[in-house]
Amino acid sequence: MRLLGTKTFRHGVHPPESKDETNGLPIRQFPFAPLIVIPLVQHMGAPSIPVVTEGQEVSRGERIARADGFMSVSMHASASGVVRKIALAPSITGRMVPAIYLEPFPGSTQEVIDGTPCPLETATPDEILAAIQEAGVVGLGGAAFPTHAKLKIPEGKFVDTLIINGVECEPFLTTDHRVMLEQSDDVFMGIRYLLKATGAKKVIVGVEENKADAAAHLRERFPSDIDGSVEVLQVKYPQGAEKMLFAALLGREVPSGKLPIDVNALCCNVATTAEIGRLLPRGRGIQERVITVTGPAVEHKGNYRIPIGTPLRFVLDHVGVAEDVNRVFLGGPMMGATASSLDISITKGTSGVTAFTDSEAERTHMQVYPCIRCGYCVDACPMFLNPSMLGKLAANEEFSIMADDHALMDCFECGSCSFVCPSHIPLVQQFRVAKTAVRKARSAR
Amino acid sequence: MKDAGKTLEIRTSPHILSGSSVDSIMFNVVLALLPATAFAVFAFGLAGLLTLSMALASCVLTEHVLCRASGKPSTVGDWSVTITGLLYGLTLPPGLPLWMVAVGGVICVAMGKAMFGGLGYNTFNPALVGRAVLQAAFPVAMTTWIPGFMAGRFSSLPSSTLTWPLTEPSTVDAITSATPLSLWKFSHEATAAADLALGFTSGSAGETSSVLILLGGIYLIARNMMNWRIPVAIFAAVVVLSGALHLVDPARYASPLFMLFSGGLMLGAMFMATDMVGSPMTSRGCYLYGALIGIVTVVIRTWGGLPEGVMYAILLGNALTPHFDRWTRPTVFGTKAKEAAS
Repeated sequence: MRLLGTKTFRHGVHPPESKDETNGLPIRQFPFAPLIVIPLVQHMGAPSIPVVTEGQEVSRGERIARADGFMSVSMHASASGVVRKIALAPSITGRMVPAIYLEPFPGSTQEVIDGTPCPLETATPDEILAAIQEAGVVGLGGAAFPTHAKLKIPEGKFVDTLIINGVECEPFLTTDHRVMLEQSDDVFMGIRYLLKATGAKKVIVGVEENKADAAAHLRERFPSDIDGSVEVLQVKYPQGAEKMLFAALLGREVPSGKLPIDVNALCCNVATTAEIGRLLPRGRGIQERVITVTGPAVEHKGNYRIPIGTPLRFVLDHVGVAEDVNRVFLGGPMMGATASSLDISITKGTSGVTAFTDSEAERTHMQVYPCIRCGYCVDACPMFLNPSMLGKLAANEEFSIMADDHALMDCFECGSCSFVCPSHIPLVQQFRVAKTAVRKARSAR
Repeated sequence: MKDAGKTLEIRTSPHILSGSSVDSIMFNVVLALLPATAFAVFAFGLAGLLTLSMALASCVLTEHVLCRASGKPSTVGDWSVTITGLLYGLTLPPGLPLWMVAVGGVICVAMGKAMFGGLGYNTFNPALVGRAVLQAAFPVAMTTWIPGFMAGRFSSLPSSTLTWPLTEPSTVDAITSATPLSLWKFSHEATAAADLALGFTSGSAGETSSVLILLGGIYLIARNMMNWRIPVAIFAAVVVLSGALHLVDPARYASPLFMLFSGGLMLGAMFMATDMVGSPMTSRGCYLYGALIGIVTVVIRTWGGLPEGVMYAILLGNALTPHFDRWTRPTVFGTKAKEAAS
C-alpha cells in the first residue's frame, strides 16, 4: 500500500524515534565479563542439551550444547575458558532456566574457531537449514524463533518472495541500521543462502525512511546475481511487524491464524540474515550479537557486539548508568520487557538494552481515566481491532467473548493502543492477561 | 552497578506514551469554546454573562457534590464538566430566569452524566439532556429571545432574568426578538448570510457567531482532539438535503447557506455532536452518525413544529451510536479473504 509517496500499512502510530544518539556510532566489540552465563533456553522451543561437562575447557565458538529436536538450536561458547558449572540462572521472565556458567581465560587472544563450512554452491536446501540450526541461528529481531524452522517450507507450499526486514521500527534501537551499513556483504551472502534454502525467486529488503543512508548503501552494492530490490518504507510503528511488512511491500494480508507461508512469502530479520551470511561460510555459530545500549540513563550509549551470556549487570557497569536510573528493559520501549533482575544474561533475542531515568519513567505514571471513546486506539490498531471494546471486556474478565467475538487472539501486543490512550488504560497489559487465560482455557479443553 | 541499593521498576511495555491525556483534551475544548463564550457576553451583556455563569456554576457544583456524596474524589479537575457547563449555557436564551438555568444545570450533570456512571459512561450529551428537559418544562421561556447588541446591555438586565424561583417570567413587558429560524419558519423572512455568520442576530447565547465557533472547531481538529468526520458529514448532509429542497422551491425551502449558519447547527455540529463519549469510534460510523444528524435537523426545521431541531437530532444520534459502532466494525486484518469465501 502506498500513501503519500512511500509504502506503508494502514493505521499505526508515530512514537518519537530517539535514534539520533546511536545511529551514527559504529559497532564496537564489548569486553568479556569475568563470568558468562549462557542460558540453554534463548529461543522459542525446547532447551538445548549441553555437550560439555563441568570443569571442561572450551574454545570460543565451540559448540557447547546441541539442539533437542527440530524446535531447538545449538549453542556455542562465547569465550575461550572453563565451564564452571551447569546450573539454574535467572531469566527475563523471572523464571529460573538451566544455563552454562563459563569463566573466560584472562589474557586469552580469544580466537574464534571455525567449524565445517556450508558451501553455498553445493549445499542442498536441507543442508543449509541444518547448517543454520547448527549455527544456533534464531530470529535476532527479538522473537528468537529458530530460523531453520521458519524457513522450512511445508509440503505443498512455495515461496515466491523473500522479505528482509530492515525496518527496525522500535524507537531507540539502531542495531539493524548499523548492520546494514557495516555488514552489507554479510547481508547479501545471507540472502544468497536464504534464497537457495527457500527456493524464493526474488528478495525485497524493506528499510524505513529514517535509515535512508542504509537503503542507499545497500542499493549501491546490490549484487547483480541476486534478483531483488531495496524498498524504502514510511516511518511508522509497527512497520517491522511481519504482517505489516507484507501488507506494505507485497499488498498481501496474512490471513488470521495463518502463517506468512500461506501468502507465499517469508520474512527474515536483516541482522539474522547477516549472521547467516557471516557464519555459514566458515561453519561458525552465534556467540555474540549486535546490541544497542541506549536510553537517557546510559552514559556511553552505543552499538556493541556483546558476547551471548554477558550478565546485564556487567553491560550496565561497563557503559555507566545515571544515579537516577529507574527502569531497564531489553529491546525498545514499545515492546521491550523490563529486566526482572540485573543478573539475567544477554541472549540471542536481545536487540537492545534501554535504561530510563526517573523523569522518563514518570511520564508513564499517569492517572487512569475511564475510557472516553475517543477512538484513538481504533485508529492506531494495525490489526483493525477495537481496543476500547476489548479493554472494557477485559475489565470484566470476559475473556472468551474477547477471543470469540472481538478477535483478541489477532492482537500481537505492539502496544500502539496503550501508547495513544489519553485515559492511560493499560490496554495491552490487559490483553496479555486475557490471551494467556484464553490459551490456558483452550489447552485445557 | 554502583548504585546497588537502587530499586528498579518492573512494568509492562509500552514504556513511552504519546502524552495525550483526558484532562488536556478537555481543557483544550474549553479553550476552543472561549471565543464563542466571549462573543456571547459581548452580544448579550449582563444577561449573557449571568446565564453562562449560572450554567457553569450549577454544573460544576453538581458534579462536585455528587462525587463527594458517593464517596469518590471530585472529578471537576478533568475539565469535562466545565465543557458541559459552558455548552449548556451557550445553548440557552440569554435572559432565561436564572433559577431555570440552575435547575437545568443540575439535570445536565445529575441525569445526563452522573446517573450513567460519570465521564465516559453517559449515553447522551449531558448539556443537551439538561436543555431538552428545560425545553419540555418551560417551552415559552426557552423560546423567548432578547435581541443582541441592545443599548445598555452591560448596565441593565432583562426583567425575566431575576424572576422568582418556581414562577414564570411575565411576557408582557419583555423586549423580544425572533430568531432567524423562527423568522423563516413562521413568516418566511430570510436573514442576511453575513449577519448569520458573524452573529448579528438573536438566538441562544453561543449559537449566534458561527465564525468563532468554526474557528474553535478548526483549532481542535488541528490538534487531533476532534473527529473532523462528524462536522463534515453533518454539513454535507445539511447542504445536500436543504440544497435539493431549495432548488425545488426557493420560496418555501431555505437556502443551504441559511441552514448552515442559522440556529444551533454550527455549535451542535462542532462541539456537541463531536463529544467523544457519545459519538461513534469508527470512521465510517462517524460519517453515518453525522449524516443522520444533518438529515434529522433539516427534516425537523422544514416539516416539524419547531423552528430548530439540532438538539433532538444530536440526542437521536447519541442514542444510535452503539449501533453505528456495531454496524461499521472494521474488518480485522487478515479476515477479508475469509469473508469473501463465506
